[in-house]
Amino acid sequence: MSKKFYPDAKAALDGLLKDGLLIASGGFGLCGLPERLLDAVRDSGVTGLTFVSNNAGIDNEGIGKLLRTRQVKKMISSYVGENKEFERQYLSGELEVEFCPQGTLAERMRAGGAGIPGFYTKTGVGTLVAEGKEVKNFDGQDYILERGIVADLALVKAWKADETGNVVFRKTARNFNVPAAQCGKVCIVEVEEIVPAGSLDPDSIHLPGVYVQRMIVGAPYDKKIEFRTIREREAA
Amino acid sequence: MTTHDGIAKGWTRDQMAARAAKELQDGFYVNLGIGIPTLVANHVPEGITVTLQSENGMLGIGPFPYDDEVDPDLINAGKQTISELPHSAYFDSAQSFAMIRGGKIDLTVLGAMEVSEGGDIANWMVPGKMIKGMGGAMDLVAGVKRVIVVMEHCAKDGSSKFIPACTLPLTGKNVVDMIITDLAVFQRTDHTSPFRLIELAPGVTAEDVAARTTAHYMS
Repeated sequence: MSKKFYPDAKAALDGLLKDGLLIASGGFGLCGLPERLLDAVRDSGVTGLTFVSNNAGIDNEGIGKLLRTRQVKKMISSYVGENKEFERQYLSGELEVEFCPQGTLAERMRAGGAGIPGFYTKTGVGTLVAEGKEVKNFDGQDYILERGIVADLALVKAWKADETGNVVFRKTARNFNVPAAQCGKVCIVEVEEIVPAGSLDPDSIHLPGVYVQRMIVGAPYDKKIEFRTIREREAA
Repeated sequence: MTTHDGIAKGWTRDQMAARAAKELQDGFYVNLGIGIPTLVANHVPEGITVTLQSENGMLGIGPFPYDDEVDPDLINAGKQTISELPHSAYFDSAQSFAMIRGGKIDLTVLGAMEVSEGGDIANWMVPGKMIKGMGGAMDLVAGVKRVIVVMEHCAKDGSSKFIPACTLPLTGKNVVDMIITDLAVFQRTDHTSPFRLIELAPGVTAEDVAARTTAHYMS
């Protein structure tokens, strides 16, 4: 087995955790969440964390678990609904929140990981998001300067990885996992299955192994659904 | 559809969605917001094929799955379970918003709390209340080629939602191209032109609209 492979989430986090870290987490709602790694961060007891994550989990799911234990100082997110404990801490001023438009957030992570410390975007021009940011006009249109994000640690959930860390995701569980992985100084990926090198199609790798430093198998997963919507089969 | 004088007239939520669907063109890539905009997918005109984008990372959204085909790894931006189509494609969030910001998506339909006569939209935050965040709305209104707002003409207290200037924090400035309410449709040809009243819902007169609108528009 490769040097990147660790027996469990606790072992994979060994030596990486301390108070006050900036941690990027993949996931959209409850889809594609690195739940084993988030649980292990909670169990480690580190505090004062800043999370870069599209959402803040829901009550007792995902980052919601670390909110409950007061380990999170700040969230950088685009949408944080459906979370009572979050709401309580936010309204009481215990939790700091930086709202960032979803596309700007994804690009800040991608850019940070790609060695781009800032970029101009028209998203948010003329809104609260633009306050305090440089505005520059290109070809008659205003753009605001947004900073790239480099996280101390990236936590990612994927479907399969080969022994060298080449990763594939499944359906819409890819979401923020790719930009999260890209922006981390160290990236840990939890997967459902590790397969031998050569068994993934090199043309179909979603995240090349260069971005992945450590891996664990987190299976079996009991994947949660926020809104189970279905249709009826037509009568035969 | 019931106005405050108690006479039932105007469009229902579903009829508003059907009106928005008339703006679809064959081959369009479309992003639909949550609420009434989602209903637009049920009214795609016959003979027209559109591809729906979900900003969490999918092109080609299929219908809700059958009970035994529900997949937790396959959801839309409203976190509802969905299905895939033969031409579906998946991608990450950075790629998803690259196509949104980059103007590759032809049309977005969104709800709003307020729209101003200058095309500003406010739909993400009410100061003093719990703030949930803007999600992808700011990126969509900034980047998508054409922005259609579908909303009730008046707020619950009867006040106009199409107003001279937004009072709530903006989602985007000078970005709205068309407004479809339960009473009427307003459109502007470009972002330097004023909105024009182009259509009335059944049973609604231009005077009804004028009496319930504080924004300036051409009729």
